[in-house]
Amino acid sequence: MSALGRVVRAGVGRRRVQTAVMIMTTLMAVTASFLAAGLLVASQAPFDHAFAQQRGAHLTARFDGAKVTATELTATAHAKGVTAAAGPFRTVAVRARTASSSDILPEGVDLPPVTVAGRAEAGGGVDRVDLVSGTWLTGPGQIVVAKDTLPVEPGTRLTFPDAPGSPTLTVVGVARSVTGTADAWVTPARAASLAAPGGAPEYEMLYRLAAAGTDAQVAAGRAALTAAVPKGALTGSQSYLTVKQEKTANAKAFVPFLAAFGVLGLLLSVLVIGIVVSGAVGAATRRIGILKSLGFTPAQVVRAYVGQALVPAAVGCALGLVVGHLLAVPVLAEVGEAFDGPAASIPLWIDVAVPATALVLVACAALVPALRAGRLRTVAAITTGRTPGTGRGRLARRLTGRLALPPAVGLGLAGPFARPARSATMAAAVVFGAAAVTFGVGLALTLGAVQSDRMLNSAGSVAVGTGGGQAPPGAQAVHVGGGPEEPKADPAEIAAALRAQRGTGRFYGTTRAEVSASGITGATTVVAYQGDASWAGPPMVSGDWLDGPGQAVVTTRFLKAAGIRVGDTVTLTEQGRHVTVRIVGEAFFTEGEGMELLTPTSTLTALGLDATPGQYDVETEPGTELTRYLTALNDRLDPLGAVALANTDDESSVIVAMDALIGTLTLMLVVVAGLGVLNTVVLDTRDRVHDLGVLKALGMAPRQTVTMVVTSVAGIGLVAGAVAVPVGVALHHYVTPFMGDAVGMTLPPSHVAVYDAPELALLALGGLVIAVAGALLPAGWAARTRTATALRTE
Amino acid sequence: MAATEPVIDMRAVSRTYGEGPPALADVTLSVAAGEALAVLGPSGSGKSTLLNLIAGLDRPSTGGVTVDGLRVDELSEAGSARYRRTKVGMVFQFFNLLDDLTVTDNVLLPARLAGMPRAEARARAAGLLADLRIDRHADAYPGRLSGGERQRVAVARALMNRPALLLADEPTGALDTASGADVRELLAELNASGQTIVLVTHDLSLAASCATRTVELIDGRVVRDTRSAAAAVSR
Repeated sequence: MSALGRVVRAGVGRRRVQTAVMIMTTLMAVTASFLAAGLLVASQAPFDHAFAQQRGAHLTARFDGAKVTATELTATAHAKGVTAAAGPFRTVAVRARTASSSDILPEGVDLPPVTVAGRAEAGGGVDRVDLVSGTWLTGPGQIVVAKDTLPVEPGTRLTFPDAPGSPTLTVVGVARSVTGTADAWVTPARAASLAAPGGAPEYEMLYRLAAAGTDAQVAAGRAALTAAVPKGALTGSQSYLTVKQEKTANAKAFVPFLAAFGVLGLLLSVLVIGIVVSGAVGAATRRIGILKSLGFTPAQVVRAYVGQALVPAAVGCALGLVVGHLLAVPVLAEVGEAFDGPAASIPLWIDVAVPATALVLVACAALVPALRAGRLRTVAAITTGRTPGTGRGRLARRLTGRLALPPAVGLGLAGPFARPARSATMAAAVVFGAAAVTFGVGLALTLGAVQSDRMLNSAGSVAVGTGGGQAPPGAQAVHVGGGPEEPKADPAEIAAALRAQRGTGRFYGTTRAEVSASGITGATTVVAYQGDASWAGPPMVSGDWLDGPGQAVVTTRFLKAAGIRVGDTVTLTEQGRHVTVRIVGEAFFTEGEGMELLTPTSTLTALGLDATPGQYDVETEPGTELTRYLTALNDRLDPLGAVALANTDDESSVIVAMDALIGTLTLMLVVVAGLGVLNTVVLDTRDRVHDLGVLKALGMAPRQTVTMVVTSVAGIGLVAGAVAVPVGVALHHYVTPFMGDAVGMTLPPSHVAVYDAPELALLALGGLVIAVAGALLPAGWAARTRTATALRTE
Repeated sequence: MAATEPVIDMRAVSRTYGEGPPALADVTLSVAAGEALAVLGPSGSGKSTLLNLIAGLDRPSTGGVTVDGLRVDELSEAGSARYRRTKVGMVFQFFNLLDDLTVTDNVLLPARLAGMPRAEARARAAGLLADLRIDRHADAYPGRLSGGERQRVAVARALMNRPALLLADEPTGALDTASGADVRELLAELNASGQTIVLVTHDLSLAASCATRTVELIDGRVVRDTRSAAAAVSR
């Protein structure tokens, strides 16, 4: 090993605390940065790959055949910005029923409505449908279903009871369109025969656009198509970006906060490594002098000190990559599953780029003090020995000396003023740590609010099921046909029972149905409300809650998927009946992938559907004992065929994973900030070890020594905490909307403004806690330093 | 304390560091109130170890050290700190003043640590600075004073809590001739006023001028104990 290598190795081995601090800080920074960059890139790769392979449609458009002809639609292939087109394909929304038994479903099961497209070939210039199993269509008695749309497999026979002649088709294949252009495919002739007689035909066109990288570019393509057909002919469209967002939403939702933690971690790394190397140079002035007197050039000294930072940083980078890969596994596996591929993997260049960036930053942070070491004059370095006193902070000492404070407290409070630059750096480290706590707590509060509001009907403490095959929230309504359906309990009797029961506060009823909605591919779940549910409705992003017939409330994701805004209308179709509802509000919930439409029960009645509530949600009066209430209520409901249960929600595993990751990263940042404080206090203690010896010789007790050292950082901690809280709050307010955007949702204001005054006051003390926790260990060491040894230290 | 009881009573004290030879070996020594004991000996003879044991900065491997009726070797860390605050004043070769405190604040420090009322402490510090003829430097920082002046400040600080015992480790070792003479005179005056002093020194003239008794150490053992300091140093 070269002389330089020996010096570096000795330096790293000799300063174990500092080495551990540098490893920890780079580990944390690299883990968070790697996860952020890796998930951002890797989560998109499976979709991008499938989209390229299938020549996916940038835009899927639905047209009203009463206003535009098939020939006119064929001509839209030459519209401005369109590079390729497929169609027109006749589409029809129909309900199927199983006509044979399979391993999955018995015969006679009613399935939710599906959008069937009449398409002769799977291939073509756009949307080359990928067969997962079976074969493509060869005759009119066959149907190919889209994967994950209907729970059937090749060989299953499906009948369409509402279609003319109730035809029965055989499932010959299961296929996948990357952008989900249809739920099932039949031959064009069969598609036409499935439609209700006398109705206007509906068509689907699939387009690839010259420019489709952004929402605005896709919107421009859509505008060109709108202009190319008669007014009102384009009834709905879906951008591939919306589908991509849905498919990658969960993984991408991690990216904004991981990126924030990554940036915080890298800044903290730079700061802490700057402190460590600066301290190492300050404390080893004599050593530097000796190295130079032995013939080390200034450049070698600089390299030695940069090397002392880079060696532990490299270890931290390696460990950070390992931890990052481990944490990424579950998230990426989920992305891979969405495309039936292997778990997505983070590309190798990120394994190289992230640690390389971290090491460059570390080298830069170490370079400044290392250059100072290189410039030290040899004679001065040897004769100085320990770090000389700065002469600063005398005024602070005089002032604190005048105050009626215990001497240890007075000496401690004045301590930071002796080395203001070092104190400022330590304060910055505490600010980062405390800001991370504020940010992390805010994220947890936001995710907690999302967790509690993501499901509809989560406000009431009691749920009353009325029977009648009502599906649980979010599930598709699948009931066995043939036999008579269990009737739902009489809503008037249920309402009377609820009103009569002592402890009942407010309640409302809901029922669900699957219908077709204009602009949305596949079936849309409608959640119909009976009674005033304004107290229990999902949090609103914009607009208002339902207060009359013909209204609807949907999520941002629904609005984007349908290409509409609040104030626009959506046409709901069921068995040839059409009802148009106006979107009066944009709400936040993720139940049913956030694609459910909330409307009064009158909408279902207009569609000819059963609007009898399948569930009542009840809020009990304050102070009501739930178990007793449920027992008493069930005594009343039992004769009516209904049952009351405590309302419980499942936790979202994605949110649980996010919470765990946020907790881990916050803890890591806090630990690193605390280690930064610890390291600074160790350096300070070393610099002042002689003074400590004097104080102890004069009778300073161990407890007073601890008090003095802890007090020296307490003021910094308090100030840093006060600064950190607004920084953390601002970061939270900046990052959380991006998390919503990642999943195609707008977070309601109440989910962003999550901090209240008592929490902020507590968080402001976070800086004090970090500073004191970081100082306790070296304070103990200072208290245990042998006085005689300290006095001999020069 | 009874008049007959010694201020310092060391019984069969040994101090060994690791596997090496003992720094102090079976030392028995007592110092009466009002004595000024000079501990002489070459480098490595155990002088500083002896002083550290009396100051409660170190503990003997065997034997016991009693100062002013207190078993110093049995004290806890906190007890040792209290002992140094109340019973002992220390003067060092390199003064060991805190550079960022004024002269007054340096002198006040032991009183503040001991919890002496502020007014009383300030009055006592002002009196000491005046007695030691450094009151004109009360608001100065130590870095601006001469070596002799700094040592006077150190002595004032050591006397702040009226200790039973003043320990001085080479108090003239870092001073020029004139300043050294100044400090010798000061210590002699203090002893004359009844202050018990133990000083470790190479400076024979210091021992001759202000010690009433000398002890000579070689290889950790007391080889000579002479009541008349002048006689001891003239040999």
